[in-house]
Amino acid sequence: MSLLAVNNLKVQFSTHDGVVTAVDDLTFSLSEGETLGIVGESGSGKSQMAFSLMGLLAKNGQVSGSAEFEGQNILNLPPSTLNKIRAEKIAMIFQDPMTCLNPYMKIGKQLMEVLILHKNMSKQEAKAESIRLLDAVKIPEAKKRFDMYPHEFSGGMRQRVMIAMALLCRPKLLIADEPTTALDVTVQAQIITLLQELKKEFNTAIIMITHDLGVVAGLCDKVMVMYAGRTMEYGSVQDVFYKPTHPYTKGLLDSIPDLESDQAELRTIPGNPPNLLSLPKGCPFQERCQHAVDLCRTEKPALTSFNNYQQRACHLKEEAVA
Amino acid sequence: MITQQNVIAQIRDLKVHFQVDKGRRWPWDPKPVLKAVDGVSFDIYEGETLGVVGESGCGKSTLARALIGLIPAQDGQVLWLGQDLTQLDEKKLRVKRQDLQFIFQDPLASLNPRMTIGEIIAEPLISFYPHLARRKVEERVEVMMKRVGLLQNVINRYPHEFSGGQCQRVGIARALILEPKLVICDEPVSALDVSIQAQVVNLLKELQREMGLSLVFIAHDLSVVKHISDRVMVMYLGNLVELADRHELYDNPLHPYTKALLSAVPVPDPEKERKKQMQLLEGDLPSPINPPVGCVFCTRCPISEDRCFRERPTLIARDGHRVACHKVDE
Repeated sequence: MSLLAVNNLKVQFSTHDGVVTAVDDLTFSLSEGETLGIVGESGSGKSQMAFSLMGLLAKNGQVSGSAEFEGQNILNLPPSTLNKIRAEKIAMIFQDPMTCLNPYMKIGKQLMEVLILHKNMSKQEAKAESIRLLDAVKIPEAKKRFDMYPHEFSGGMRQRVMIAMALLCRPKLLIADEPTTALDVTVQAQIITLLQELKKEFNTAIIMITHDLGVVAGLCDKVMVMYAGRTMEYGSVQDVFYKPTHPYTKGLLDSIPDLESDQAELRTIPGNPPNLLSLPKGCPFQERCQHAVDLCRTEKPALTSFNNYQQRACHLKEEAVA
Repeated sequence: MITQQNVIAQIRDLKVHFQVDKGRRWPWDPKPVLKAVDGVSFDIYEGETLGVVGESGCGKSTLARALIGLIPAQDGQVLWLGQDLTQLDEKKLRVKRQDLQFIFQDPLASLNPRMTIGEIIAEPLISFYPHLARRKVEERVEVMMKRVGLLQNVINRYPHEFSGGQCQRVGIARALILEPKLVICDEPVSALDVSIQAQVVNLLKELQREMGLSLVFIAHDLSVVKHISDRVMVMYLGNLVELADRHELYDNPLHPYTKALLSAVPVPDPEKERKKQMQLLEGDLPSPINPPVGCVFCTRCPISEDRCFRERPTLIARDGHRVACHKVDE
């Protein structure tokens, strides 16, 4: 049985300008120890998907569908039940580590709080365990760092503290929302390597949300490409990167400049991402798609499964895209 | 590649220092000095793109601003066609700025929200040529908009109605309407999505070809810099550590920092990315308020030795590179 099975997940926001569907009909599953990458441009709904799983949607947000975690639907749970699951079973790390740590509290106190609350540990036990985890995320001089405030840490160090905090209760699932976007490449490399090691050590499943396809290539087993709240393509990293079957995936991969080869000109996806309030009829990507035919303009392509679990949403045949 | 190497700007030992309030014990203690750019020298050739890379806090944005006098330099020279810009007063510098334009990182923040797209693009023209006929201004704005791929019918719209990529096109049009010789682009694509980023990079390359511009292209994304640049310069903690032709730098980096930086870039190819030999750097960037005494990189360098902690290496020429490392020959 899979650890997390999401079916027809839909997130909608009611705004002054009408109802916005941020996430539309997502279906995926994740086994223990597996890493799923979710990529897409800004506004593609990847973060809202994560927030909906964690029960962190804004007040005007509504979620439907189901997300079964160890057999229990975790959507729309009362806060008390949700709090039990959060931190103990599922933890999340965010893009900006500074805004997620309390600037008035020492790192150590913030870490211990989690353990005392969720694991009923004594202060001494909690302290020992917190320091052990700070060590595990490779913070030098963890004992000394334990008594410091967040502003005394650099961006990369803060992100390590966030990761340590997320792992305190040994969650089965870690949701990482652009954890390295605010960091420099050399620090990003440190954090990614750390996540790889922790994945092995703790057998944690990870949902990695990012716009950096390079990060996905190095870390993830499966990848889901989102556009305008919908799945465009879903499959193993190898399949999606080497044999993309959706024009959007292909366009995305083509528009990254290659460090190793020399192209005179970058291939681009023309146009701009669509406005979620006024999505075109039919396929959301059709306006920017070079393969678009009449059918794409009138009918939304259904998400179809093939080769066991791979999915794609495109009217065209796979061969026509490649 | 550039065939004729006409130097248009020579930067000599440029230093930009800031006095900061941080870390003082008493108000009467002297203010600590933050050396944002600490003695950087290089040339800019006509029609080339010079890429500048480095991590946040390495001084690349400060360097860019100091080049056109937006921040006063402490010491050193910026020779623009033989004339030292750091010595000019505000009035004379303003005239020079016709040739030196700037494109900023945050496309929306750099556009005045109360001006229409047309007004924004026309402003440099009107401010430098106040007597130019209205009709002529309009004409040139329309031509420029077409060149950067903006439709004519958006001329009376406001910046907030546009996406990031389109705002950046407006920023580019504004910078190019005076037909400058050098455009400094400070992270022009960092705030954009991948697919939009590629559009803007292609546009810049195309305009450069058409107008014979020189570009200084600052970015932290090494693959974008490689794509657009002729030569690339790597900065670390306010110092230039390596400068070389693009292929030389990427295929055969000499400085240990350049090596680490290149190996840290994630490659969007699962097999290659997993097999890659990564050179992980330990620790973080030291504070520029009190940088290491010797080589700026010595605290994180995998091959540093005693000498590196004592003496600061100077830039030396090696195999077409200019590199600042004591151990380059070993």
